[in-house]
Amino acid sequence: MKFQMQCAAMAMAVASAVGGMSIASAQTAEQFVPLLVYRTGQFAPLGIPWADGKQDYLKLVNARDGGVNGVKLTYEECETAYDAAKGVECYERLKGKGSGASGFDTQSTGITFAVTDKAFVDKVVVETPGYGLSQSVDGTVFEWNFPLLGTYWTAADVMIQDITKKEKGSLKGKKIALVYHDSPYGKEPIPLLQKRAAADGFELSLFPVTPPGVEQKSTWLQIRQQKPDYVLFWSAGVMTPAGIREAQASGYPREKLYAIWWAGSDHDVKDIGAGAKGYNAITIHNSAAKDKVHDDLRKFVYDKGQGTGAPTGIGSLAHTRGMMISMLQVEAIRAAQDKYGKGKPLTPEQVRWGFENLDLSADKLKALGFGEVMRPVKTSCANHMGDDWARIVQWDGGKWEVKSDWYQSDKKFIDPLVKEYAAKYAKDKNIKTRAC
Amino acid sequence: MFYRENGQFKSSYRADLGLFPIAQDRWAMVALAVVAFVAVPLLASDYAFRAVLIPFLILSLAAVGLNILVGYCGQISLGTGAFMAIGAYAAYNLQVRIEGMPLLLSILGGGLAATVLGVLFGIPSLRIRGLYLAVATLAAQFFTDWFTNRVKWVTNDSSSGSVSVNSLQILGYSFTSPAERYLLCLALVVVFGLLAKNLVRGAIGREWMAIRDMDVAAAVIGIRPVYAKLTAFAVSSFIVGIAGALWGFVHLGAWEPAAFGIDKSLQLLFMIIIGGLGSIAGAFFGAAFIVLLPLLLNHVPHWLGLPLSTATASHLEHMIFGALIVFFLIVEPHGLAKLWSTARQKLRLWPFPH
Amino acid sequence: MGFFLETVFGGLMAGMLYALVALGFVLIFKASGVFNFAQGAMVLFAALAMARFSEWIPRWLGFDSLLLANLLAFVAAGACMVAVAWLVERLALRHLVNQEGITLLMATLGIAHVLDGAGQLLFGSATYKIDVGMPKDPFIVLENTFEGGLLLSKEDLYAAVAAGALVALLTLFFQKTRTGRALRAVADDHQAAQSIGIPLGRIWVIVWSVGGLVALVAGVIWGSKLGVQFSISLVALKAFPVVILGGLTSVPGAILGGLIIGVGEKLSEIYLGPFLGGGIENWFAYALALAVLLIRPQGLFGDKIIDRV
Repeated sequence: MKFQMQCAAMAMAVASAVGGMSIASAQTAEQFVPLLVYRTGQFAPLGIPWADGKQDYLKLVNARDGGVNGVKLTYEECETAYDAAKGVECYERLKGKGSGASGFDTQSTGITFAVTDKAFVDKVVVETPGYGLSQSVDGTVFEWNFPLLGTYWTAADVMIQDITKKEKGSLKGKKIALVYHDSPYGKEPIPLLQKRAAADGFELSLFPVTPPGVEQKSTWLQIRQQKPDYVLFWSAGVMTPAGIREAQASGYPREKLYAIWWAGSDHDVKDIGAGAKGYNAITIHNSAAKDKVHDDLRKFVYDKGQGTGAPTGIGSLAHTRGMMISMLQVEAIRAAQDKYGKGKPLTPEQVRWGFENLDLSADKLKALGFGEVMRPVKTSCANHMGDDWARIVQWDGGKWEVKSDWYQSDKKFIDPLVKEYAAKYAKDKNIKTRAC
Repeated sequence: MFYRENGQFKSSYRADLGLFPIAQDRWAMVALAVVAFVAVPLLASDYAFRAVLIPFLILSLAAVGLNILVGYCGQISLGTGAFMAIGAYAAYNLQVRIEGMPLLLSILGGGLAATVLGVLFGIPSLRIRGLYLAVATLAAQFFTDWFTNRVKWVTNDSSSGSVSVNSLQILGYSFTSPAERYLLCLALVVVFGLLAKNLVRGAIGREWMAIRDMDVAAAVIGIRPVYAKLTAFAVSSFIVGIAGALWGFVHLGAWEPAAFGIDKSLQLLFMIIIGGLGSIAGAFFGAAFIVLLPLLLNHVPHWLGLPLSTATASHLEHMIFGALIVFFLIVEPHGLAKLWSTARQKLRLWPFPH
Repeated sequence: MGFFLETVFGGLMAGMLYALVALGFVLIFKASGVFNFAQGAMVLFAALAMARFSEWIPRWLGFDSLLLANLLAFVAAGACMVAVAWLVERLALRHLVNQEGITLLMATLGIAHVLDGAGQLLFGSATYKIDVGMPKDPFIVLENTFEGGLLLSKEDLYAAVAAGALVALLTLFFQKTRTGRALRAVADDHQAAQSIGIPLGRIWVIVWSVGGLVALVAGVIWGSKLGVQFSISLVALKAFPVVILGGLTSVPGAILGGLIIGVGEKLSEIYLGPFLGGGIENWFAYALALAVLLIRPQGLFGDKIIDRV
């Protein structure tokens, strides 16, 4: 009996040795979009609606428009659990699928770092709307990275602008604290905030929170002691509600809390409800808005039972952001098809051209159903971000309310920083800058 | 019938003490070497190199290192990720800060840095034993997690805390293609694997095993526990540090401190338990199992045509992984190496039953 | 001075919460000799069960009362944990009798993976809410003595009282009931206990069930404080230094260890942390436990390790 069990064990070991290879996929006239997601792990609460949004929009385009000029979009999700090694494995497996991967939204700053070097060599696009390397705005150095719609530097800048407005124009002598996830994600805004602190005269204090950020009592006790005027919150996943609850338990007024877009969606606050009343978050463009695209999604996808998540998720900020990201992917494909041939599948280089020559005017956005959600976006060789817009929203205990007008980051702070860090990156990696 | 040592007589002590006394074993090893060095680079796909072979080689090297500490010397350590991290970051700093530093020297430097840390965190083992030591080594793990995250010069003042290595060059020859990187890893694994195998067959290895089996009795017959335990930590951390440097440089290319967290330590511990404690070959078996199993579990839904969501697939993978660990521990607590050696024993008698 | 007291108090409360989780470890180690790496996963599984049942049961049975929903959910989650204990004993422990410590440790790691996956598969991986009516707002005392008063958290106080009550209950259980005596007998010597007719398998099911129920209480308290999500299983990593500081076999050790680690952690983060850049709590707890072990290798109250040559 024992020997037979041992034989079974051996057989299983051999089977797993034989079975570890990937399968080749057939080439068809379709455009492949890889979907790197995290539906498990410490960031799952954020990753699930984001992934649902990304996939829902692709389904919508296929159902409503029949694809892009007749080319259907195929997609495959790959679970990364926010782990860089898994992200790299997903990237390697999916980069060559179909006519080549149309673009990787890695959903993680850490994975972006790991994949950026490989993308240069493999010639695939890495689009990082609202995250990633903030210096990758500079397209002369970062040929294959596209931090569309905004980066952490633009977000931090806009937050400071809104705070300055609240403080009637002067931040001199004020104290601003940054409570951040102790990882490349959380550390991104620090260079910009330090620059701003020097220029505006406020005192910046840094409070790193060890991942996964479940234990934040000491952080908020220190905040209670130091009494900063405002706290910027760079968290994601379970760290966000944990932080808000600790803020409530230590009595820090939630109106003084400003969260980055990944920490500002419905799933972060709805369980806390009234306890999070006053919590401010920044939105990328206006991801809090509802528009025709949401109605289309209901009509063409969810009413037919094809929706990825629950229908209650439509319109949540994280879901809308996912849809925006997929929309940019689709429009890049469309722009590339206009140049290279409508109705045929494109290579990653061609799609890259599409990303670099996005021109989404207000009319186009309205036609797509994103008129309320986004402002016009135009990318170019030197500017891979396009136009960054943001608004501040506030949780009123039951829903998000848009509290501010449109902001754009102050380029006199952002541009020199981008140039400096991009030049450093180019020097470290021996990258020849492109002519634009 | 085939695997017999009939007619193989040794005529010198040197021959008798050889690593593979049975001629069939020697032939098998030569064949394996030919396959590994010649056939695989020609036949394997890029994906196989990047996702299967290179991680397998690097992790088996780390598992060899850990097996020396846990399997041969009996000191349970949960801080292996930390030693890999130190190896990787030290090698990175040497490579980046010193102009024209040879790659191999950087990697060896990483190993030496890990050795220093290993001996430092091995000192508690002189006083603490068993499960208490296991949890105490977690101190090394979490301290290193924090250290590599917080201290700027470790990451060469990178504002984001993420570091990367551009190109791997030895004497002007650039290792760019996956096959070349695979061969680099394979060469290092063979060298250090042989080193480890010979160490454990020698006097120091016997001292380690004596400490593992009954440390009080070992001390009574004159084996110095301090020397044995600290050398075990030193050698183990050296090899693990080299593996860490390779993991960062060759496999990941760019990494952040989270790449060497407690999950890595537990993964390595799984490898040596499944593979077989106290066996160098076991480290390789275990590494193969742990590297291939998730990939297999990932692909099975595809092959069966089941439309599972990635979350469901991921959760099922976790469950099946855990269940298989328990299954293997029940069926063969001494690991795959024991299964393999049992198979070889049966092969000696084949086709006779006894 | 006020802030120092606040920190100490906060540390004591956090320590009680760690001690709750550590209690599960100690119970299972005492009676079955297994260091249960799966305790964190059990806390997660129990918390997920509680959160989801309290959401689903009102829907299935069609009523509105939060109190009733919570009670029924608690019972249902408790039943789940007993089922898990039974399955673990049947499928894993029974076949691993007499294996070495490290093999059992790895087996519990495997069980942890299974529970993580099963919990999220059955109940989901988003964040869920446990609402047992704990007060969330801060509670300021002694405003006249200290500037700004001392901040106390009512929720933490209730949690500490719950932990204390649980320990008292468990002590009563172990000392006064027949099953408790049987458990202590098994912890002392498996073979002797078997030879006088104590059924080992059933005892292990009971021990793991009690461990599971302790995990459930810990899960409810942590979940109510932070929301229930996969990362809650990582609080077990905070409980390890508590267990080794207090000694693997001692229940009062778990409590005292928890308090020491909690206070030490918070004080180090707030007073030492700023010089080192912050974020040091995690490893400081372990360093503290390590320092104590160097003086007393078996922890504060653990059994002395006696080797026979």
